[in-house]
Amino acid sequence: MFRWLRDHGIIERNVVLMGVLTLITVSIGGLVQIVPLFAVETTIERVSGVRPYTPLEQMGRDIYVREGCYTCHSQMIRPFRDELERYGHFSLAAESMYDHPFQWGSKRTGPDLARVGGRYSDDWHAAHLRSPRALVPASVMPPYAFLDRPLEYTDIQDRLRALRMVGVPYTDEMIANARADLEAQARPDADPGAYQGRYARARQAAFDGDPNRITEMDALVAYLQMLGTLVDFRDVTPAQLRQP
Amino acid sequence: MPTKIEKDSLTGRETTGHEWDGLKELNTPLPKWWLWTFYATIVWGIAWVIIYPSVPGWRGTSGWIAREAVVADVAQAQARTEPMLARLREATPAQIVADPEMRNFAIAGGRVAFGNNCAGCHGAGGQGAQGGFPSLADDDWIWGGTLEAIQQTIRHGIRSNESDEQRQSQMPRFGADGLLTAAQVGDVAEHVLALSNRATDQAAAGRGATIFAEQCASCHGEQGEGNRELGAPRLTDQVWLYGSTKRDIVAMINNPRAGVMPAWGQGRLDPATVNMLTVYVHSLGGGE
Repeated sequence: MFRWLRDHGIIERNVVLMGVLTLITVSIGGLVQIVPLFAVETTIERVSGVRPYTPLEQMGRDIYVREGCYTCHSQMIRPFRDELERYGHFSLAAESMYDHPFQWGSKRTGPDLARVGGRYSDDWHAAHLRSPRALVPASVMPPYAFLDRPLEYTDIQDRLRALRMVGVPYTDEMIANARADLEAQARPDADPGAYQGRYARARQAAFDGDPNRITEMDALVAYLQMLGTLVDFRDVTPAQLRQP
Repeated sequence: MPTKIEKDSLTGRETTGHEWDGLKELNTPLPKWWLWTFYATIVWGIAWVIIYPSVPGWRGTSGWIAREAVVADVAQAQARTEPMLARLREATPAQIVADPEMRNFAIAGGRVAFGNNCAGCHGAGGQGAQGGFPSLADDDWIWGGTLEAIQQTIRHGIRSNESDEQRQSQMPRFGADGLLTAAQVGDVAEHVLALSNRATDQAAAGRGATIFAEQCASCHGEQGEGNRELGAPRLTDQVWLYGSTKRDIVAMINNPRAGVMPAWGQGRLDPATVNMLTVYVHSLGGGE
C-alpha cells in the first residue's frame, strides 16, 4: 500500500506533476515566513516614549551602520537573568520599531549596546572611540579617531524622507527643520526650544567636546547616548509587555 | 534516456536504471537510523509548535513565555540575596564596614557591580585613566574620600543633570572668554607648576602668583591645596587629571574640561548596590 507515494520516480518522470508539487512545497515555505508578518504590529508593546531619531542621532546611526559596529555589538538584551543583571531590562520590539534596518546583531565580540545610553559620559565615548585601549586595556576594538572629521549632512532631509517612506513618522515640520535641528543638538548654547518639542528627551551637548564643529563623532556619540533611554521602565506595567 | 533497472550482482541491490557511459548507480535506500531520526525531528517540530508559543496568536499548551520565565528567574535569585540586600539598603556605609558579615558581602558584591558599571571609566582596578577619569585607588580625592562623600558621589553623580543633589562646579574659561590674556595664562600656569616645585621661569611664576591669588585661590585654595566642596583639585601634588605639562595646564586654564559621572542612585542601581559600591571603592586603597 502507498507504494506509489514512496516511488519518487513517478514525480521525476512527470514534469507537470513535479512543477505543481514544487510550487506547493515552495508556497508552504513562503507562507510560513510571510503570514506571521501580517501580525507583526501586534508584537509591538504599547509602551510610551519611543520616538523617531533626531537628525543628529540618525546621522550617528548611519555611521554606526557604515562602520559595521553591528558585527561586534548587538543591540538585543535577551530575556535571561545574566543579561538582565548586566545590561538592564530586556529589549522590547517597540524600542527598535523605527530602526531601518534594525541593529539587533547576532554576535558579541564587544558588549551589547541596547542600553549603553547614559552609562558613560560624552567625554568617555569620544576618548574611547578615538583610542579604545587608552580606557579599556583589554579591548580589541579598532580605533575610530578619524570620526573627528566634519559631518557631511547636506542630505539629511532626504535621509528622513526615505525613512518616512518605510514608515517612520517624520512630519513635514521635522523634515523642514532637519538641518537646523541637527545643528542645534550639537551646540550646547543653541536655542533648544523648537527641536526639543519635536523630539522628546533629546539631549543637547557638544558630544565630541568641541562645540564649534559638528563632526561624525558628535553624531555617533549622540546616537550611542540615547540608546535604550527612551522607555522609562518605572512606568511600564507587565500587562503592556505581554504579547498576544 | 533508456531506463533499465537491474539487480547488481555484487551487492544484490537494484540500480536506478540510469546509465552514463557505462557507469550505473545503485539505488541504495537511506540508512534506517538516519530515516527514523529524520522522522523524529518532524514529530519533535510539530510537538514544539503545539507546546510552545510558536505562531503569533498561539500561546502554546505549556503556558511558557520567555519574558515571564525570566521575571520568575530573577525573583528567585533575588529571594536568595534579599535578606542581606535589605540590611545593606538600610545600613549606612559606616555600619556596613563595622559589621564583618555585611562588609564581606558588600566587598564581593561591590566588586561585581564595579566591574559592570564603573570599570569602563575608572579601570578594572580603579586605577583611572588619563584624560579626566580619576583613580579611585589613591588618596587624592576630588570630591572627598570618606564613606559619606563616596556614597553621595555615586548616588547623585557629577554634572550629569540627573539629580538635584549632584556634584556641580564649573571652572571659568579664563582664556577662551577673555578673562585673562594669553601672557597672564602663561604666567599663572608657571605659578601652578611652581606649586609642585616644577617652575622653570621664576619671574613668570612670581607674576602668576598674583593672578592666582585673585582668580584661582577662591576655589583651589591660597596654596593650591584644592577644595573638595567645589571639586577643585589639589594642584600641589603629582596627580593630574588632564596632564601635568605646562601645555596641558595652559589648555585647562584657557578652556577647562570637566568630568561627568552618571547618577547611579537615581533609578539605575538599587540603593543596596550603591552602598556596596561605596564600601568597595572605599576599600580600594585611599578611603578616608
